[in-house]
Amino acid sequence: MTRTRHVVRRIGFALVTVVAAVVANFLIFRAAPGSPISALSLRPGSSPAYRQHLLHQAGLDRSLPQQFGDYVGNLLHGRLGVSIANQQLVSANLKTAFLNTLPLVALATVMALALGLVVGVGLAWMRSSRLEGPGLLTVLTTYSLPTQWIGLVLLFVFAGTLPSGGISDEFLVDPSFFTAVGDRLQHMILPATALALSIFGQYAFIVRSAMLEVLGEDFMLTARAKGLSSMRLLTRHALSNALLPIVSLTALIVGSISGGTILVEAVFSYPGIGRAISSAVSSRDYPMLQGAFLMLTILVVFFNLVADLLAVKLDPRVTE
Amino acid sequence: MKRGLQRVRSLIAERPGAAFGGGLLLVITLVAILAPVIAPYPPDQQVGPIYQAPSSGHWLGLSDEGFDVVSQLIWACRVSLLVGFCAALVSIVVGGTIGILAGYFGGAIDLVLTAITDYFIVIPALPLLIVVAAVWGPSLFHIILSLGLLLWTTSARVIRAQVKSLRERTYVRRSRTLGGGHLHTIFRHVVPHTAPLLVANTILTVSAAIFAETALAFLGLGDPSQTSLGKLIEDAYERGATTQRAWWALLPPGILVAVIVLSATLVGLAIEEALNPRRSHVPFQLHLFGRRRRTTELPPSTA
Repeated sequence: MTRTRHVVRRIGFALVTVVAAVVANFLIFRAAPGSPISALSLRPGSSPAYRQHLLHQAGLDRSLPQQFGDYVGNLLHGRLGVSIANQQLVSANLKTAFLNTLPLVALATVMALALGLVVGVGLAWMRSSRLEGPGLLTVLTTYSLPTQWIGLVLLFVFAGTLPSGGISDEFLVDPSFFTAVGDRLQHMILPATALALSIFGQYAFIVRSAMLEVLGEDFMLTARAKGLSSMRLLTRHALSNALLPIVSLTALIVGSISGGTILVEAVFSYPGIGRAISSAVSSRDYPMLQGAFLMLTILVVFFNLVADLLAVKLDPRVTE
Repeated sequence: MKRGLQRVRSLIAERPGAAFGGGLLLVITLVAILAPVIAPYPPDQQVGPIYQAPSSGHWLGLSDEGFDVVSQLIWACRVSLLVGFCAALVSIVVGGTIGILAGYFGGAIDLVLTAITDYFIVIPALPLLIVVAAVWGPSLFHIILSLGLLLWTTSARVIRAQVKSLRERTYVRRSRTLGGGHLHTIFRHVVPHTAPLLVANTILTVSAAIFAETALAFLGLGDPSQTSLGKLIEDAYERGATTQRAWWALLPPGILVAVIVLSATLVGLAIEEALNPRRSHVPFQLHLFGRRRRTTELPPSTA
């Protein structure tokens, strides 16, 4: 029973968060200095009447609650406005960007998880040995390096051998399926590596502390007493029991991935959501920025929820 | 004097990482403060050809505008540290207030404040920062304020937990029973006992703020008139340090950020751990998860 209540509460919290994000998204942009149309009305020959016309067209001459009503109404119909930069619907722009970002983030997460697992288990194994200090310090250092800087260094090193930007080779004529996929992978490998390197430290530390906790349990002593080999002990007994906190914390890292994605996509001009945000910033494309931010927030909230529910599914004790 | 030295020595033996980090942080802060005296060249004057390779006169070569990179780095540390410390102060005021109020009063106030904190934890910080900075316009003051107003969640959580346990201690209850007002009790008994934790969290937030500032600067949201470490990384990117193979303009600012962030993290975690030995050795952002894990030794090896 408590389990159902927990699930309902988590879903409720996620919904409230999304609503709050919608409100914040509305308010932040209304608080912008100058009105959103001040740039538009600067064009030559604009008169106060023209300004008024623009204001009316954008619905900005109405009261704040009315504007909010309009905004929510449009949102519910999936209308996010028109991008100032390319005159396309924001929702269409975002859809393309999202489909580009998804494989990148997935690849980066898999890489970070693999690296984090290996390094985390290694660190747990080094506990109280001479290697522990240097090992921890190395992981903490990679974790402290700015994501964009990691990307730039990769760019510096691999500039000649791997594509340095974009998402596909535009000069490929009628590529076969495999060539196209290979090309996409080639374009994803550097940004994904940069992203993975910048976040794997978190996984490594989670894995390490989960492992240390499990290694201290009585059943580990029993397993050791049975004469199992170290390797088997570590992988079969310890790691499988340490997986739960790893799963439940994985989605929480989605938040920091979303930040990293913005930087990495900017470095490698990878046309995803992150790139949409950074280029909307530089071109002051508020509708686009607003839409991309909202989308990112909802995604993060959603993955948080998924992780939460997954953790409950894996271990009913979580609800306590 | 002798005793002081002894204490320092025992501290270094006990927590070599933290002592190392603290020392490093101290040196970097001193260099940043003394920038006008120490920097060998002005950071914004051409002293040679652009992207000149490192030489005995310019240890890290020259930048894309022919500025001395070492001098640029020294001055940039000043800006980055300033942003970091000021933002951390703002955040500790916000986070400390929310944490203390929530922990001290409990009940409905706690419920509301915790919900607000949870909300800010879930919202991805960097995208929100970007939006706020983009809307507000780039200036050092705005950056400090928005960093401070968004990076307080961890502190609020940790401090709330501490205050919650403080509230039940005898001397706090006695103060209330003897007729001490809430304000008196908070400032006389609660704040002093959370002070070390506040300091630890401030230091941890310094590193988070410096890290976040590099991201903002990279996206062109930094103060264009102030060269921070993040701005130097952006310059290296924007002005083709990678294609010019000018590693000396690209590598040092990133490494310096990592050194500062790492040192501050080590110091902050050490203080926190000293206060609460059960807390595990996890990097600062993981504190967001609010779970306390027990670290245990490996079972004795029999192999």
